[in-house]
Amino acid sequence: MLSSCQKKEHLVKVEGVRIEINDATQGNPDIEAYIKPYKAHVKKTLDSTLAYAPEAYSKSDGILNTAIGNLMADLILEQANPFFVSKTKNEIDMVLLNSGGIRASIPKGNITARTAYQVMPFENSIIVVEMKGVHIRKLITYLQESRKAHPISGLQLIVDKDFNIVKALINNMEIKDEEIYFVATNDYLYHGGDEMYFFEHAKKAHKLNYKIRNAMIDYFKKVDTIAPKIDDRFLQTN
Amino acid sequence: MKRREFVKHTAVTAGLLTIGGASLSSFSASKTKKITILHTNDVHSHIDPFGPDDGRNSNKGGVARRATIIESIRKENPNTLLLDAGDIFQGTPYFNFYGGELEFKLMSMLKYDVVTIGNHDFDNGIEGLHAQMPYAKFNFVSANYDFTNTVMDTFVKPYKIIVKDTIKIGIFGLGIELEGLVMKDLYKETKYLNPIEIAQDMSARLKNEEKCDLVICLSHLGYDYKNEPSKVSDLSLAEATDNIDLIIGGHTHTFLKEPTVVKNRKDKNVLVNQVGCYGLYLGRIDFHFDSEKNKTSYGSAMVV
Repeated sequence: MLSSCQKKEHLVKVEGVRIEINDATQGNPDIEAYIKPYKAHVKKTLDSTLAYAPEAYSKSDGILNTAIGNLMADLILEQANPFFVSKTKNEIDMVLLNSGGIRASIPKGNITARTAYQVMPFENSIIVVEMKGVHIRKLITYLQESRKAHPISGLQLIVDKDFNIVKALINNMEIKDEEIYFVATNDYLYHGGDEMYFFEHAKKAHKLNYKIRNAMIDYFKKVDTIAPKIDDRFLQTN
Repeated sequence: MKRREFVKHTAVTAGLLTIGGASLSSFSASKTKKITILHTNDVHSHIDPFGPDDGRNSNKGGVARRATIIESIRKENPNTLLLDAGDIFQGTPYFNFYGGELEFKLMSMLKYDVVTIGNHDFDNGIEGLHAQMPYAKFNFVSANYDFTNTVMDTFVKPYKIIVKDTIKIGIFGLGIELEGLVMKDLYKETKYLNPIEIAQDMSARLKNEEKCDLVICLSHLGYDYKNEPSKVSDLSLAEATDNIDLIIGGHTHTFLKEPTVVKNRKDKNVLVNQVGCYGLYLGRIDFHFDSEKNKTSYGSAMVV
């Protein structure tokens, strides 16, 4: 045994393992004690129940639209529109967020402000962008090419098996090239985040000073039970 | 053609961890040296473990548990390095409330050695990152972010060399392109440089001039971009360079059960590893060196 080792003395061995961190390991008590006061302060602020989730909602449940993404886009429309109307007398036509912006799933059970922080930890605010129909088509091209369930509301998109557009409607109507549409998104995406460079074509942008997370918290306070569903807003047909 | 294969292990069990080099028992300690690399990435402010109703993450993670595991590995092998590949910040209210202070304090308590910077570490602006530097008792490396005209200038070095048991380990950092990913208002005058060119320079310098036995790249580039082949990833970086022994990655939240082995430009093996996100896993890679000063850092004898 030893002699065979000596033969290999100049050779190198590399081993890689992945260690799962789970409840089989006791937490280091010093670290736990150190976290405790921080945790207590955060908990006090965040853990009152706002609404109820009858199921768990994850952005991996769904292909081109997901229940959690639809919830996000729809609630932005619902929460931001009254502000936008009072500010401009115009209505928001559609919402576009990014799939990457959903940072956690909504677990089954009570929804708290903490849930909103988990799903939307970023400080991004809602911004309403004025865009011509011809530039909305670039937005649609982006969705066709990314093939991801970026959350949308107000826009319906049906693509064929090769991702060619079969149907693209805003408020159930054909998109007109010269018409102005009001697109709600967040400041990160408006500035070209996630390569959404089509927002460069915006004629005008209205900052609402309303954080995405606060819109979520306000919405959760308003509803008793959330009931988001996967629907036909972005679909692929054969 | 992609030349990749996967490492197969004879001892990929928790036993390796607790028994401690059981597979080495026939080699006496005086004959071999072992460097243990422990690593995390994309922890995203996950300090507490996940609760019982968090789907597939349920009951996993937690900094205090990670501390326990790291402590026991260090007891087993004092020649252990603890690294993080970025996106330390953002993901729980701890970050929103304290701006990363608690993350850095805890990582200092866990004795992290070297970390690199992820795109989300800019989320409170470069000033927000700078504000937390007093709490970080570990080294920041990034070779392809030029911080010259920013407040972070003196806080980040291209690389760090650490010697453990006479084994010289060079660690350099690489970050992802910030444009289109982070608002310019946040990263300000941080300049992004071509990661492949920088990696070639860095690894050659560490291997040939600094005579490092082990060259590690801490990368926040992302594991692989199948749909965007022109985008630099850890796999493409590994293939396009030489002198790197190990790439510890992040950004794409890729859960690798075991490191990927990639052939570099000179047909030598490079290990690429990433352990998903949120501190659900700790990566561990053990490099065994012989005692005859013939410390070839990588090569022919990887046990598979």
